[in-house]
Amino acid sequence: MWNQPSKISHFMLDLTPYTCLGAALRDALDRWPNETCLIESDRDREKLRLTYSDFKGLARRLLRALQDADFNPGDRAAIIMTNQSKWLVSAYAIFYGGGVVVPLDYKLSAAEHLELLAHSKAKFLVVEYYLWRAIMHSPEFKNAKMQVVLVTEAPAAVDLAGAYRWEEFRRKGEPTFVNRQKEDPASIVYSSGTGGRPKGCVLTHENYLEQCRALTAWYPFWPGVRYLSILPTNHAIDFMVGFIGPFVCGACVVHLRTLRPEYVRDAFTRYKITYMSLVPMVLKNLERGLRAKFEELPKSRRFLLNRLVSLNRLLTRRRARVGLSRILLPQVHSAFGGQLRAMFTGGAFIEPSTLQFFYDLGIPVANGYGLTEAGTALTLNDFKPFRADTVGKPLPGIELRVLNPDREGIGEVAVRSKTVMSHYLDDPELTTQTIVDGWLLTGDLGRFDVSRHLQLFGRKKNMIVTEGGKNIYPEDIETVFDGLPVKEYCILAAHYIWPAKSLGHEMLIIVLRPESSQQFNSTLGDDLAARNRRLPDFKRVGGYVLWDREFPRTASMKIRRPGLAEEIRKRLDPSSAVVEL
Amino acid sequence: MQSSDQTLNQILDLACKHFKVPREKLTPDEDFFKTLGIDSLQALDLLTRLEHHFNVELPDYELQGVSDFRTLADRIQARL
Repeated sequence: MWNQPSKISHFMLDLTPYTCLGAALRDALDRWPNETCLIESDRDREKLRLTYSDFKGLARRLLRALQDADFNPGDRAAIIMTNQSKWLVSAYAIFYGGGVVVPLDYKLSAAEHLELLAHSKAKFLVVEYYLWRAIMHSPEFKNAKMQVVLVTEAPAAVDLAGAYRWEEFRRKGEPTFVNRQKEDPASIVYSSGTGGRPKGCVLTHENYLEQCRALTAWYPFWPGVRYLSILPTNHAIDFMVGFIGPFVCGACVVHLRTLRPEYVRDAFTRYKITYMSLVPMVLKNLERGLRAKFEELPKSRRFLLNRLVSLNRLLTRRRARVGLSRILLPQVHSAFGGQLRAMFTGGAFIEPSTLQFFYDLGIPVANGYGLTEAGTALTLNDFKPFRADTVGKPLPGIELRVLNPDREGIGEVAVRSKTVMSHYLDDPELTTQTIVDGWLLTGDLGRFDVSRHLQLFGRKKNMIVTEGGKNIYPEDIETVFDGLPVKEYCILAAHYIWPAKSLGHEMLIIVLRPESSQQFNSTLGDDLAARNRRLPDFKRVGGYVLWDREFPRTASMKIRRPGLAEEIRKRLDPSSAVVEL
Repeated sequence: MQSSDQTLNQILDLACKHFKVPREKLTPDEDFFKTLGIDSLQALDLLTRLEHHFNVELPDYELQGVSDFRTLADRIQARL
């Protein structure tokens, strides 16, 4: 295992001369041929270990076969997979051949996958078998337009409806490298999905190269670093810190193909993990486990632990000192493998007390803030000093400002940087509304404190973010309630109706307008609950509001959501109007 | 092989022990996320315990969209 080099810049590929990810990754693979770049583990069983040289061989044979199947520069190739090595191999092959990656969330339904595949006009698709099985049995499948589909891990002798097996789809021979310019699209990432107006963020090669430079300036990788990847690579954070970042520095990514807490804990020690990204739900789960273990300690040992934690807090109040914390709290750190330097989280609200809990143990959790439209991260905590109540400072090269601040300094956060997307795919109107005079309007409400740390206070936009880091848009789930026997209904985020100057406990609400003679009774309640349960648990509506006035509508008869929210806000109080579902 | 009802009852017994709740609190068709106030990771923890008990292995995605014990029992029963 390498130690942290004194000059990281000697190890990281200098990204300045590169105009595209394909070229940067190509040179990285050649620079560290014998270093391990990927380890894939399923539960406690290691399934695969690849060096950079092995990785290159796999990707080249795949791309040669793709190019023989009419894959051309600029072609779009979607990937729908859980957390695994074939995602990265496929993405590299696509970048090397000058293609555009369309990463789709594997947790969407088959119908949603097909909708986004159609919207993105993806010509190629790489997909795991269990997801493909759902897609090919979906009624909408008959309209699918993909030309070539590669299915991973398909059982022998199953019908794949014309798709190829990823493992067998390879050709000998040299694939053609295609250079792209900085402004060319590298990916199309959907920040919201379906049911309404898909928002496909077109991110360029420059967006990613700049983001990579900014993040690795604060959190460097080097050969020997092991990054534990439990988020799927379609997640913006994992794409950057679990693929591009470590690869251009010769580091290693450990894929764990399960989120089960037991195996996540085991992976820390088995693979001596250096960094990891996680969503608040996983962090809270780790906290719960640690607190339970501490509770089980005999009184005298718990007393000693508390004293050491207090001492660690005192000694790290100006900056994180992981080496010192490891000496003070060796048992805690050995449970995390003894090499952990930081964990990254962001995207969703996280309790400051949880962040503080880990920091006091000498395990810094870098809380950040970002959105798909602006690459991976805009702000991040640098632990100089640690601030549990903020989402950190702007990363290098990121300009942030607060628009129209109120008396408390709170307003909409806007960003200008080379990491901001080019545009929304096929939606110039939405692009113009979102990027104004070069500034991306985030829809999030925030304020800078005196030390330039950003604090977030809520959202202007009609959506919620779950503890699992999922963005949920009301329009995406409304179809489940189609046919509900009421006059009309609409789903809104609670904070969209009643603005809250805080984050956390975000909830969607269904507004019901019964027929004039209709009473809300148990039959309607049961119908509502049954439909709600058809949604995945993280997408469910949290409560309902009864409303007796006609919904305001546009000329094209669409519900005017801002108008409806305003009317409800004026007439109803959330404490009495919202009934929990 | 044991019947579906036996599997379901064993799952309910194990879930009570795992989450330390009285047996009568859990019913086969109710939403366990809501009844138990748990998140999907806590549900995965229970699944690991059930796998050990029934000596089967279910990929995480088998639990995707499952929120009641009867459906969970069906998924496990199919692998017994």
